[in-house]
Amino acid sequence: MTTGDETTAGVNTGDTLLYLDGVTVTFDGFRALNALSLVLEKGEMRAMVGPNGAGKTTMMDVITGKTRPDEGKVVFGKDIDLTSMDEPSIAALGIGRKFQKPTVFEPLTVWDNVLLALAGDRSPRFSLFARQSADEKVRVESILETTRLTDHRWRRAADLSHGQKQWLEIGMLLAQDPQLLLVDEPVAGMTDAETEQTAHLLREINKSHSVVVVEHDMAFVRALGVKVTVLHEGSVLSEGSLDFVSEDPKVIEVYLGR
Amino acid sequence: MKLGTSGYLTVALVMGVAIVLAVLNQMTPATSPLHVPTYVVALAGKYLCFAMLALAVDLVWGFAGILSLGHAAFFALGGYAMGMYLMRQIGTRGVYGNPMLPDFMVFLGWKELPWYWYGFNWFPFAMLMVVVVPGLLAAVFGWLAFRSRVTGVYLSIITQALTYALLLAFFRNDMGFGGNNGMTDFKDILGFNVQADSTRSALLVISALFLCLQFLVARFVVDSRFGKILVAVRDTESRTRFLGYRPESYKLVVWVLSAVMAAIGGALYVPQVGIINPSEFAPGNSIEAVIWVAVGGRGTLVGAIIGAVLVNFGKTWFTGALPELWLYALGAMFIFVTLFLPRGVMGLFQRRSRREAEADAPAAAAAQEVTG
Repeated sequence: MTTGDETTAGVNTGDTLLYLDGVTVTFDGFRALNALSLVLEKGEMRAMVGPNGAGKTTMMDVITGKTRPDEGKVVFGKDIDLTSMDEPSIAALGIGRKFQKPTVFEPLTVWDNVLLALAGDRSPRFSLFARQSADEKVRVESILETTRLTDHRWRRAADLSHGQKQWLEIGMLLAQDPQLLLVDEPVAGMTDAETEQTAHLLREINKSHSVVVVEHDMAFVRALGVKVTVLHEGSVLSEGSLDFVSEDPKVIEVYLGR
Repeated sequence: MKLGTSGYLTVALVMGVAIVLAVLNQMTPATSPLHVPTYVVALAGKYLCFAMLALAVDLVWGFAGILSLGHAAFFALGGYAMGMYLMRQIGTRGVYGNPMLPDFMVFLGWKELPWYWYGFNWFPFAMLMVVVVPGLLAAVFGWLAFRSRVTGVYLSIITQALTYALLLAFFRNDMGFGGNNGMTDFKDILGFNVQADSTRSALLVISALFLCLQFLVARFVVDSRFGKILVAVRDTESRTRFLGYRPESYKLVVWVLSAVMAAIGGALYVPQVGIINPSEFAPGNSIEAVIWVAVGGRGTLVGAIIGAVLVNFGKTWFTGALPELWLYALGAMFIFVTLFLPRGVMGLFQRRSRREAEADAPAAAAAQEVTG
């Protein structure tokens, strides 16, 4: 797997951030994940590709606590076992997730969407009496700037275009300021220009966060220029630079049929 | 907190009408054309209590997406707590003249007061129980339901089951709450005769006060950051979890608050109608409360009050003029509102105010820049 190392962007400190070992998830006899093992370094950006049903979304569900694996270990940081935690606790640890279909709070304004995502106290008692602080205002403004949504800040999220919603959701992830971002198909339904901007944005984000991107769009994966993991039938088929994996006979066989 | 035109108007109207009715009832002779008969005062007071129930339903249904089909249970429990206080005030004036035991207990051959009736002769304790008992029940029920992620129609069904179970329980004589006759023949509240015109007028004004207070509390809650998170939970619950929020905590807080609001409505209802019995737990009552909110406009708070008063006014008129047609009229109204006024009566006004709000948006933005 050393082939891919030179393409790893960001600050690679050599520490392991996320470690999946032999993770198996079965739905009614169907093995969505089959002894999946994966190591993600701190500061790394990783692209996950694979045909439909390869287990990409299930893997994200396992990491974020939505699905409990039948077998296997999921370790975050040094020794935090994610398999015994629920979604809010995992989110509080610093794992953020962007969904395939943009999921923002439609009746709220763009500003409020980012404000609610900002890292901070999540208790009902705090939120009942919370007033927006100057610090929060600055942080929301800077995120809106990054995601180019400043002009839209007083619009309801429901009124945004598809691409803007995707960006808003990425902005909400940034507001959460997680150590690890899981991004599911960020450019689905985007124009070419938007796709390019998104790649740029993710590289920016990767300067201070570790990122896992699930994507079908090969041009986009190429634009990211990072290590690629190919999933197939719930386990890792190949791993390395995009050029390496696209010449891997196993990958060619799966993608082009036998 | 910004109340807005509709908010100020609601508070002013509720307080204004209640005070005018009370004053005209008290200050004008019965022969005067301006005189408001006492039954109208009592009726208005009853509407305001129903409006509190509607407000409670709207808070959980409109803003947290919890369609409660059992909210009248909290209303009735508050009513029972008040009823127990009123029963103890009867003292020796009951049919059997027993200074400790209410008539129905003497009739059942009971020799002493059950432990859970202790303290209810003391007004502050009884009022504490008005909020504590329904609040506690809501807390336990909500904790179990929300923690298990029971949502949608399943949650609605178990709220319905909750009120039905209470209906059956309160029907039993050996529960010690008067069985199917419930509690009635009240004499005094805090030393004032509950039948007196002046007491009725005072209760109307107090009901108006509590309704306005509850409205302000509800507005504060939905306008706060808590309220925004609640709306987020309502529409995209799983997303809020991945942001680190615990939807179950948010739902539990608003659920208990709503139960307490309904209970206060019930407690004020009982002295004004003079009776509380298990039929108040009937599932139909809770469903009616949901219809009031739908008619007025879900998720608007003001609409809940309008809906409760409007539909109950219609009910009073209908059950007088064409009693056998009332349920058909209620059903037709619900269908009509669902089909043609999905945002209720408030939806008729909102089209205009939305345009105003959009015109205001830059101003609001500027205000936020300043206050930061």
